Amino acid sequence: MNPVRKQRLIVVLAVFLGLALATALAVYALRQNINLFFTPQQVVNGEAPVGTKMRVGGLVMEGSVVRDPDTLDVTFDVTDGKGTFTVHYQGILPDLFREGQGIVANGTLVSRERFEAEEVLAKHDETYMPPEVQDALEKAGHPGARKDAAGS
Amino acid sequence: MWNTLKRWYHQLGSPRYFYRFADAVLPWLWPLALIILAIGLVWGLAYAPVERYQGDSYRIIYLHVPASSGALMGYIAMGVAGLVCLVWRMKMAEVMLKALAPFGAVLAAVSLISGAIWGKPTWGTYWQWDARLTSMLILLFMYLGVMVLQSAIRDPRQAARAASLLALVGVINVVIVKYSVEWLNTLHQGATLNLFSESSINPAMKYPLLISMLGMWLLYAANVLMRARAEVLSRERRSGWVRKLVEGH
Repeated sequence: MNPVRKQRLIVVLAVFLGLALATALAVYALRQNINLFFTPQQVVNGEAPVGTKMRVGGLVMEGSVVRDPDTLDVTFDVTDGKGTFTVHYQGILPDLFREGQGIVANGTLVSRERFEAEEVLAKHDETYMPPEVQDALEKAGHPGARKDAAGS
Repeated sequence: MWNTLKRWYHQLGSPRYFYRFADAVLPWLWPLALIILAIGLVWGLAYAPVERYQGDSYRIIYLHVPASSGALMGYIAMGVAGLVCLVWRMKMAEVMLKALAPFGAVLAAVSLISGAIWGKPTWGTYWQWDARLTSMLILLFMYLGVMVLQSAIRDPRQAARAASLLALVGVINVVIVKYSVEWLNTLHQGATLNLFSESSINPAMKYPLLISMLGMWLLYAANVLMRARAEVLSRERRSGWVRKLVEGH
């Protein structure tokens, strides 16, 4: 390669790698702010500040959803296997809300065990399958089907 | 193989040869892209099975994923063109840099809008400042930035050099878009289609998706070739072969 181009290539690549490194460090340093939500583990361990507005996320625990028959009040437990706390919400839940489903809730952490949600969003996973396939998996007792099928 | 690629690179690096190539390819690339895209979309939107939880609303995936993947790949192509432009000062790389931006910006916008429309019935919100969504918005701004920078500087070579740097640096953001869902907590789910491992989408839903993606990429390629052909003509307007071409008609 011609020396002028070689030098240009080295300079351009050095600038690129330097900026990439700077960006990586910035994202790493700011990940607390870039992460959309606190996990149950962080809530239980005390990494999430009590009494401030924040988002939390995790899986709705099986069998923990309690709906008030007269109002829109609903409480459920959110877990990630390493920590669990209770979420209270008053309002209409998204269609995808189910037990075993991932959710992100926006609200206030009242204590390490209780979160008052103002908004509940449903996450959905990257798996797409038709209902018949789901039924077949459940009939065959496929271990993967059980978790997703709960509560629907 | 390497020599063939090298010869291609040198031939397509000549504006005149590129013009002939684009002229020969475009008449069948346009219909091919539109037919493949139409097959993928009709199959996906009308014939693919419904999703177990999302019902019919998941079908917007057949627009959302082809648009997003096209926007990301287009930006990487623009970054490569930027590198070639900065190091080798190749004229055709400048042309490609300019030709790749507009349709890429459109695809990034389609991705954001279709994602918002999909987000409302599934997540329960049009928009969250989630790392994936935000970095995709930055991608749209990067595309717009490259376009604006090019039109802000009058001298095309100077303009290309400035835009090249922005295009190249923006590739870092493409990496963030791609891996944000793995490295950070996001509302957006992880990748469904994987090149090296099994995809987590049922085959009956996957094939129309792959066809729509191919159709969208070909449509992008056709748009880029058309824009690049026009740009070549405008840049080479004083050269002998363009004059001959114009007078010959």
